[in-house]
Amino acid sequence: MGVGIEVTNLNAWYGTNHTLQDINLNIPANHATALIGPSGCGKSTFVRCLNRMHETNPIARVTGTVRIGDLDIYEDAKPVEIRRRVGMVFQRPNPFPTMSIYDNVAAGLKLNGYTNRRALDEIVERSLKNSALWDEVKDELKKKSGASLSGGQQQRLCIARALAVDPEVLLMDEPASALDPVSTSKIEDLIFQLKTQYTIVIVTHNMQQAARVAEKTGFFLNGRMVEFDSTHKIFTNPSDKRTEDYITGRFG
Amino acid sequence: MAVEYKMRARMRTLADGTATGLAVLSTLLVVAPLVAIFAYLVYKGASSLNMDFFTQLPAPPGEAGGGMGNAILGSGILLAIASLIGVPIGIGGGIFLAEFGRGTKLAEAVRFTADVLNGVPSIVMGMAVYGLIVTPQMPFSALAGGVALGIMMIPTVCRTTEEMLLMVPHAVREAALALGVPNWRSVLSITVKTASPGIITGCMLAFARVAGETAPLIFTAFGNAFWSTSLTRPIAALPLQIYVYALSPYDDWHRQAWAGALVLIVLIVAAVSLVRFVASRGVLKGAS
Repeated sequence: MGVGIEVTNLNAWYGTNHTLQDINLNIPANHATALIGPSGCGKSTFVRCLNRMHETNPIARVTGTVRIGDLDIYEDAKPVEIRRRVGMVFQRPNPFPTMSIYDNVAAGLKLNGYTNRRALDEIVERSLKNSALWDEVKDELKKKSGASLSGGQQQRLCIARALAVDPEVLLMDEPASALDPVSTSKIEDLIFQLKTQYTIVIVTHNMQQAARVAEKTGFFLNGRMVEFDSTHKIFTNPSDKRTEDYITGRFG
Repeated sequence: MAVEYKMRARMRTLADGTATGLAVLSTLLVVAPLVAIFAYLVYKGASSLNMDFFTQLPAPPGEAGGGMGNAILGSGILLAIASLIGVPIGIGGGIFLAEFGRGTKLAEAVRFTADVLNGVPSIVMGMAVYGLIVTPQMPFSALAGGVALGIMMIPTVCRTTEEMLLMVPHAVREAALALGVPNWRSVLSITVKTASPGIITGCMLAFARVAGETAPLIFTAFGNAFWSTSLTRPIAALPLQIYVYALSPYDDWHRQAWAGALVLIVLIVAAVSLVRFVASRGVLKGAS
C-alpha cells in the first residue's frame, strides 16, 4: 500500500545554486500527484530529494524534513533503504543493456542478495503484469535483452523493475516525454491502475497529462512551489496569477 | 538556376566519391601490413612446421629437426603469470579511476603513473625487474619474466578499463542506485558488467602486446634450451627463441625462427579469439 509524503521546509542546492527554496507540501497516499512548471524550475530536483537520489551528485546539499509514511528519510534511514521503498522511473527508459528482460525486472532483488528462484519468478511475472508488459514479452523473458524492446516497452520494463522491489511510493520523472502518443497513453493508463496500490508523484511537461492522471497538482517556478491544490482547481481556477499565466501558455 | 543546380549536384557526387574512395584506400592501407606480414611468415615459415616443432626441444646447430616445444610452453606459462598479475591489478586500478577516485589527487597520480609506465621502454622494464627480483638466491626465473610482462600489461588494462567504464551511460548507474542497490554493488554488477566487452578488449590488447615482447625477458626469464615448468628456474619463451635463432649463423635456425614467428602470431590470434568467444557467450547469459 502507498503512504503519504510530508515535506517541510525543504531546501536544496547544487553547489551555490539554490535550486529548491522552502518547499512545504503534503502528498496524499494512493493518489497520483503531478508536478508541473517550466524547465529548470526544480521539479526534477524535488522528486530526487524524495528518494535521496539528489545526493548521488557530490556537489548537492539538502536541508529540511521529508517524512514518507512514518519515516523521516534524512534522519531515520540510509539512502539504499529509502530507495527500496521509493521507486523511481526516469525520463529516458534506462534498462540494463546487458541483461535479459527477466533479469532487468529481477535486478533490484537479485543485486540485494535475494535468491529464491520460485519467488523471483512470481515477482517478475506479477511486476510485468502490473506494468502491462507481460503479454508482449512472456515468451522471451530470458532470451531477449531489455535493450531490444521498443522505447515504450522499455519504459514499462523500467516501471516493472521499479515495482519488483515492492516500493510504497513511485516517482516518475517525465516518464512519457521520450515516447510516442500510443506508448504515452499506455503509461497513463498504467498510472491509473497503479495508484490504487502506490503513491505516485509524476513530473510532467505536458499539462493535459497532469490533468488526465493526477488528483493533485503542484506548480513550481524558479525553485519555489507557487501553488499546490486539486488538479481541477489548478487548471480551472488557480489562486495565483503566475499559475494562471503558465497554464494558459503565457510563458514556459 | 537549373544549370547551377546540376553543377552543384555533380560537385557533390564527386566529393562524395572522393571521400568514400579515400576511406576505402585508408582501410586497405591499414589492413595491408598485417596481411603482408602474415603472408610472408607463412611463405618463410610454414615449410618448417611439423609435429616435431611443437613437441621437440631445439636441436643443436648442424643437426636437422628439433622444435620449439619448450618455448611454446614457456611462453604460455609466462603469459599466464603476466595475466594473473596484470589483469586484476589493471582492472582494479581502472575501476578506482573511473568510479571511486574520480576527481581525487590520488586518481590523478595513478593516471599519470599509468601513462608514464605505458611509455617506459620494455628493455627498461626488464632491467627494473632484474634489479628488483633477480637476486643471487633467486636467479633468472619464469616468475621474474612473468612479473616483467605483467607490469607491462597494467597501464593498458587500467586505462582501457577506466575509459570503458566512463562510457557506461549515467542513466544506467542511476537506474541501479534508484533500486536501492549499494554503490559498490552497482559498480561491480552493473557498470563493470555493462563495460565488460570493452574491458576484455583492453586485456586482450595488453596480452597480445606483451606476448611478443623479447626485451623484458632477456634479463628475467633468460631462456632455456630444455623443458622447464619451474617458476624459479630460467624458462624458454617464443620471442626469445626467435631472437636467438634469427641472430644465429645457421640456415636451419633461421627457418625455425620464421616458423616460430608464425606460431607466435597464430597463437596470439587464437587466444584473443577464444577469450572473445567465451566472453560473448558469458555476457549474453545476463546477470546471475
